[in-house]
Amino acid sequence: MKTFLFCVLVLLVILIGAYLYRVLRGPTIFDRVLGLNGISTKAIILLIVIGLYFDRVDMFIDISTGYALLNSVGALAVAKYLEQKGLS
Amino acid sequence: MIFPFEIPLLLLLLVTAAGAILVKDLMSSVLLLGTYSFFLSLIWAWFGAVDVAFVEAVVGAGLGTVLFLLTLFGTAPKDTRLRRPPPSLVTLIVFPLLGVLMLYAASDLPGFGDPNSPASTHISPTYIERSYQDTHTPNVVTSVLMDYRSLDTMVETVVIFTAGIACALLLRRESK
Repeated sequence: MKTFLFCVLVLLVILIGAYLYRVLRGPTIFDRVLGLNGISTKAIILLIVIGLYFDRVDMFIDISTGYALLNSVGALAVAKYLEQKGLS
Repeated sequence: MIFPFEIPLLLLLLVTAAGAILVKDLMSSVLLLGTYSFFLSLIWAWFGAVDVAFVEAVVGAGLGTVLFLLTLFGTAPKDTRLRRPPPSLVTLIVFPLLGVLMLYAASDLPGFGDPNSPASTHISPTYIERSYQDTHTPNVVTSVLMDYRSLDTMVETVVIFTAGIACALLLRRESK
């Protein structure tokens, strides 16, 4: 079971790398925002898998919930910014 | 465990840090800094420092990004592209030397989780043994923060509260 969870962790990190390429290279700001949102969805899962790996899911679910909530606030802030400043 | 999982995490951290410095646009830099804090919080979580990871995820990745965006909102012109001069010769010489010095110093530190390191022999056993009888709190970290070092924590809260008020005053919209 540990080996399986570890493989899941490594796979998720590789997936995050794919998103990160889009965040780093993305020609427009929208590519970057989408990449960031993709990274945060993977991140929530990654935190919970780390929690399973260490048998401490209860605390890690708190972190991932807090992260998910604040991430939606961040996405709203980005949307508001782009609305005010116009598209770049 | 097949190989140390912190290596890919550290690699992602380095890539995002370099990207945040090198990217040509202020807005993208802010987004990359959010990613950077998130990977930092993953590293804390992997090392078992769950509370630090929580603070880093909430404050660094969530609140920090929003505050940076609010600042950009209030100050930046429409075109947020950066034009930075190339680094000077002194920077190119001094900073790699500083990095080498820090790596050299880090090689003297005790290993992670070493039971004979000063941090885990000096005062930690006392906290672990006595904190429940002293404070009747099941969580050792909470008992250290809120009981043994309560004055310290109170003044820290004052500092954070002041910083929050200052941010609110700086970022408030002008009412017309």
